[in-house]
Amino acid sequence: MAETRIAQEQLGPGPEQMPFGPEHEPETEWMELNMGPHHPSTHGVLRVRLKLDGEIVRDADADIGYLHTGFEKSFEDKTYTQGITFSDRMDYLAPPINNVGFVSAVEKLIEVDVPPRAQAIRVIMMELARVSSHELWLGTTGLDLGVYSGFFYAWRDRDLALDLNEAYSGVRMMTSFTRVGGVAWDLPDGWLDQLQRFIDVMPARLDDFESMLTDNPIWHQRLKGVGAISAADAIEAGVTGPVLRASGVNYDVRKAFPYCGYEQYDFEVPVGQNGDCYDRYRMRVAEMRQSLRILQQAVDNLPGGPWITSDRKVALPPRSELSKSMEAVIHQFRLVSEGFKGPVGDVYSFVESPRGELGFYLVSDGTNKPYRMKVRPPSFCNLQSLRKLVQGVLVADVIAIMGSLDFILGDCDR
Amino acid sequence: MSVSPTDTLVQRIGDRFKAALRESSDFRGDLSVVIEPSAVVEVARYLKDQEGFDYLLYATAVDWPARDPRFTVVWEVRSLAAKTRIRIKTTAAMPDPHVPSLTSVWPAANWHERETWDLFGIKFDGHADLRRILMPPTWEGFPLRKDYVSFGEPVIFSDQKLEGLEPDAIRG
Repeated sequence: MAETRIAQEQLGPGPEQMPFGPEHEPETEWMELNMGPHHPSTHGVLRVRLKLDGEIVRDADADIGYLHTGFEKSFEDKTYTQGITFSDRMDYLAPPINNVGFVSAVEKLIEVDVPPRAQAIRVIMMELARVSSHELWLGTTGLDLGVYSGFFYAWRDRDLALDLNEAYSGVRMMTSFTRVGGVAWDLPDGWLDQLQRFIDVMPARLDDFESMLTDNPIWHQRLKGVGAISAADAIEAGVTGPVLRASGVNYDVRKAFPYCGYEQYDFEVPVGQNGDCYDRYRMRVAEMRQSLRILQQAVDNLPGGPWITSDRKVALPPRSELSKSMEAVIHQFRLVSEGFKGPVGDVYSFVESPRGELGFYLVSDGTNKPYRMKVRPPSFCNLQSLRKLVQGVLVADVIAIMGSLDFILGDCDR
Repeated sequence: MSVSPTDTLVQRIGDRFKAALRESSDFRGDLSVVIEPSAVVEVARYLKDQEGFDYLLYATAVDWPARDPRFTVVWEVRSLAAKTRIRIKTTAAMPDPHVPSLTSVWPAANWHERETWDLFGIKFDGHADLRRILMPPTWEGFPLRKDYVSFGEPVIFSDQKLEGLEPDAIRG
């Protein structure tokens, strides 16, 4: 006993006697910490300069632009049809949605009608992209927060969607499947069966995922109440997509301004209350289920008919016509050599990407190329709110918050 | 011709800011107004407070080298409740293009205006943090200006020599 007491005295006063609390703390000096550009949780190349007071973040400055590729400048050098291949390289996790966003701006400018079958194919491809993007988000955000096994499940399920991309367009990611006035190809034989198998298998897989995370106490502790933003603040910060909806703002482009015939589909827009990371997680899982609902309806009610407009000034004539019709040859030559021209004017067209509102502001000077193509990337707008969200949280929460914003730096930097 | 709510919005702006409203257009359902640079903040404040345009979508610019003033600066805002949009445009002239910043009205304009400064070299008066965002801080020139050539980067081929440097040294 005596020995123990002596040993304790040598250790100094116990925790009860230690001066503790803010009034006893010495003046602290803020430390600057570089997170990134090669931090695994930055998903792309992002550098965040954190100002730390101990382990509490006082301020943050996101340094973006590492993936800036000048797509907006490149658009100005390419015809409208050529520009499609740029669009899917921006947000590389949801290329079909970028494709549709880009051509919808051109279609709005030149006023061309898209046949119902093309619209349905676009909806199918977009919802597939939404599911695969959210799956990837689930996997990588889980990975950041320590759910290693979830990553493999998410990757397995996402691959099913990529298989469908490949079977349709020949490419797993950069689909470039849209054309102005429709889509490039009709659905191949057996594709709808493959899609049906995907729709059938996914709900159980999402249940699996949810059983692992939704009621997991560690998942709750890492996400609940972390990075919360109120509805008014979210609107002021300009965030969009699941981040905005998690704060309780019911705004989804598909409902508010239906495009591609989204008004015909019966689906709900999940809306959260707390605006924290956990709500953003719930939004994305719920959105995947809604996407599957839309996919099922699209498969059941897929219209027949042409998949691209018959307007020969915009769309290539079918191959079979080239040997019979001189006019078709002329149209083919004109379209391939110089493309079509748009009227003078400027339009803004937007779609709902997995990250939020993806907009294209297109200025035309009457030539066959965009005079100016401004992209409104949802990742850029969401990432802007990071500074506000991380003030006062712990360093470890920065990872959770960055994950919950779901930004793609390729989309952000363009 | 029927009067849509947006038409009356332009009328209301015109009544209130008669001298500032240069022109307005409705192209493919997109409403835009061109405002004198000096009155942009006032009009923006009015649109936000009185007309409910609470959500800033983006800010950017368009370069028209042949025109004077050369740049058109664009902000687009939306009213989430009324589901309407309006594009606010103003102009900036060379050699020192600058327009008022709208970050005091819509804080979300912060990064968008930084990007416009970065890529077009248009200054936003009253912006608290105007520095390059996409390009490195040391970058020279403004890439989205029309006189900035897309593929104009000097390239040194292996059979060429740069003063004092062997080709292999250049290639690294």
